[in-house]
Amino acid sequence: MSILAKHAAYKTAYDALRAHGVDPLNVRFEHVLSPTEGILNGRRTILLGTHNYLGLTFDSACIEKAVEATRSQGTGTTGSRVANGSYDGHLRLEQALAEFYGRRDAMVFTTGYQANLGVLSSLVARGDHLMLDADSHASIYDGSRLGGSEVIRFRHNNPDDLYKRLRRLEGAPGDRLIVVEGIYSMMGDTAPLKEIAAVKRETGAYLLVDEAHSLGVLGQTGRGLAEALDVEADVDFIVGTFSKSLGSVGGFCVSNCADFDVMRIVCRPYMFTASLPPGVIASTLEALHTLRSKPALRASLMSNARRLYDGLGALGFTTGPEANPIVAVVMPSQEVAVACWKLLLDSGLYLNLALPPATPTNAPLLRTSVSAAHTARQIDAALGMFAEAGRALGILPAHRRRAGGAV
Amino acid sequence: MRENHQLSLVENEVGTAVRPIRDDISLIFEQVLGHPVQITDKTDIVGDLGMDSLGVMNFVMAIEDFYDISIPLDRIAQVQTVGDLIRAVEHLRAGA
Repeated sequence: MSILAKHAAYKTAYDALRAHGVDPLNVRFEHVLSPTEGILNGRRTILLGTHNYLGLTFDSACIEKAVEATRSQGTGTTGSRVANGSYDGHLRLEQALAEFYGRRDAMVFTTGYQANLGVLSSLVARGDHLMLDADSHASIYDGSRLGGSEVIRFRHNNPDDLYKRLRRLEGAPGDRLIVVEGIYSMMGDTAPLKEIAAVKRETGAYLLVDEAHSLGVLGQTGRGLAEALDVEADVDFIVGTFSKSLGSVGGFCVSNCADFDVMRIVCRPYMFTASLPPGVIASTLEALHTLRSKPALRASLMSNARRLYDGLGALGFTTGPEANPIVAVVMPSQEVAVACWKLLLDSGLYLNLALPPATPTNAPLLRTSVSAAHTARQIDAALGMFAEAGRALGILPAHRRRAGGAV
Repeated sequence: MRENHQLSLVENEVGTAVRPIRDDISLIFEQVLGHPVQITDKTDIVGDLGMDSLGVMNFVMAIEDFYDISIPLDRIAQVQTVGDLIRAVEHLRAGA
């Protein structure tokens, strides 16, 4: 038996999935043509599952900046900022992020995953208490193990349960850090941040919000859920990513916390990894500028999200609780989910198949994400494919009349 | 709040916790799984009761509500059998 035999249960489940002729974890695009289209198995395919919220991956200004920086500064930094030093771009991006959020400090990480690992492992230590929403992203769970603090999970989006758990800690020494997300990546629901901020104030805890899916999506100027709900003053740390609305790769944390800079010498996921290459930094800076100067992108994004969400609901599909750029479609069983995913893919629609235990309930999901770059025609085409697949698989009645004229 | 609904059932049946912890746990299992279970200290929670990770989470949260404790994740990771769980609950209640 190989050293990997310990993962036999996963392998069996994966093999069973592949026996259906699908491999949702290993889709290979021959070409990616634009933020919304690719070529898959020779077919032109609509991309409805790549979290490219503002559609900036092919933005000409971002590409020019990346090319220019790569030509002038090279393809990579070949090491960490601690060992090889920071480039001007790293510092300018940190300044731009701090200024955008109106915070004193910002720190850039090489991926969004590492941002959570780095920040969570540095803010809390043995003797502290980390309070995680039960539906937190894997990077939050993984980061929670690195710091050595006590980790307590509260019921998803349930401020009363959070409060109850913080109250149980009354009198215990150590700092408390509450971690929630702006938009949750599986169902597209937002956190009840006003109520969570109230719990934070009452219990003297710190509050961290991961705005990975809400940066450039929510809020008057695109800063995320905390801005949208007017609770930024209560949020001590904001973490986010460049790999969704900003169209590149990387992560960040902004804060007004005193002595924030000590993170640069204690935060191992920052210190012991290569820093972002100049081309990525340059395109991210330009994308942040575009995010701020073109609020119309956000309006298109939300209008597309609403069109898809309402359209799926009108067809008779069960979706998440809110119309956000992540729209999850609940499937009745794993067999139907896999078949539906394959039918949609074969008809030219790419989205994510999410199976338990990655999903918040036992129900499998087809997870879509909308872009500002989608046209209304693409959204309608996607709805048409959903309708056909739903009827073919018996998820929808054979001849259901559409409610309203949205589609 | 569906979990709380389940809990109120448990609390009404058991009342204040005068029974051994194992009896409480047995009732909570029954509420979460929807059918009666036979458990001993050696019962493997995942292996013998066929709980998936979501079931385990709901079960742990029901236990936490019942005893008004929070079981940290690293403690949950150490729990494999009903006996492990009883010791974890006893320890946390003693510390409260």
